[in-house]
Amino acid sequence: MKIRLHNPRREVETTGPLRASDLCKQLGLNRESVLLIRGDELVTGDALLQEEDVVEVRPVISGG
Amino acid sequence: MKCRRCEEQAVVEVRHAHAAYCPTCFVERCREQVSRAIGEHRMIRSGEKVLVAVSGGKDSLAVWDLLLDLGYPADGVYLGLGIGGYSDRSGDCARAFAERRGATLIEIDLASEVGFTIPQAANTRRMPCSACGLAKRHLLNKTALDHGYDVLVTGHNLDDEVAVLFGNTLQWNMPYLARQRPALPESSGFARRVKPLVRLTERETAAYCVIRRIDYIVEECPMASGNRHLLYKELLNTLEERDPGAKATFLNGFADRVAPLLDDLAAQERDSVGTCSRCGSPTTAEVCAFCRLRDQATRPPRRRKKRRRDRSVHAEESPVTGGESRRP
Repeated sequence: MKIRLHNPRREVETTGPLRASDLCKQLGLNRESVLLIRGDELVTGDALLQEEDVVEVRPVISGG
Repeated sequence: MKCRRCEEQAVVEVRHAHAAYCPTCFVERCREQVSRAIGEHRMIRSGEKVLVAVSGGKDSLAVWDLLLDLGYPADGVYLGLGIGGYSDRSGDCARAFAERRGATLIEIDLASEVGFTIPQAANTRRMPCSACGLAKRHLLNKTALDHGYDVLVTGHNLDDEVAVLFGNTLQWNMPYLARQRPALPESSGFARRVKPLVRLTERETAAYCVIRRIDYIVEECPMASGNRHLLYKELLNTLEERDPGAKATFLNGFADRVAPLLDDLAAQERDSVGTCSRCGSPTTAEVCAFCRLRDQATRPPRRRKKRRRDRSVHAEESPVTGGESRRP
């Protein structure tokens, strides 16, 4: 599946099926700091992501 | 995972509430949390003129959207900070939202209004985010007063408040701790400033924008990279992942048990405020911090170059002193 990341913008590939929470672990991401968006819908940590999915990993931390 | 309220498929987990929600119930929950914050802290009264500080980011657009849906006829104000393409894109998000909601957006361009941009202010002794925060506080307050608004709304969320509290506690900065409130009352020279998102985390405000299809600027400000506030947020989220609810407990404990003990200090701070001899804004000094920043940011570059050379000579003589010169 295609994973789209921000800051910097980039795209990586990983193999599905995979739980959303496991994807965060695989990428070393804190689930409190990101949202996972499949297509244009949010998914919870227990969602099973499929090989053909495109998933955006959107950071939520901002500030200055 | 099922929605706690309606048992439909959930899309957002709110781990500190031990719950997950479907899109409809999540939006409803956000409205309830904002209503509760407004009511608990008497942020906005019936019939008041409301101005929302809009950056084009998730928090300010979320709070504007929530206030409009809750029946507050709020206008927005956007400050053009002059941070290249980042400012262009954030301004586009703010304008697109205002158009979509049919709301009024006041635009203030820093360069034409006060003669400098944030990148220019970042060349002063202040750190970039400190200079930006100072300029924003000054101009937003001025805009609210000049246009006759009763209350200025900012998009500060629970994470912002917790990170500020954490930083001020690390330094035991008592005056700053004394003035950290979800609602700062109006006083001479100040509009009332309120934070209706104080009960929502930034993960929740981002999720709200995704569900409501609000297009906001996702990229981080290029000038904020490496700032302490972001570091504190990352540390606090590491704690939150292990112990959901830790951030809210920290903030609510401060508000319930410590803030009331600092009421006298907060009153002393308010009483010590005078008027800037240059612009008339409230300040505890003769010339306010904003006017001093403007002096530094608009100073001709030749003089600054000379001072840098001076500093580099000192740095060679005394590396410790030179290395600490930019601390705010």
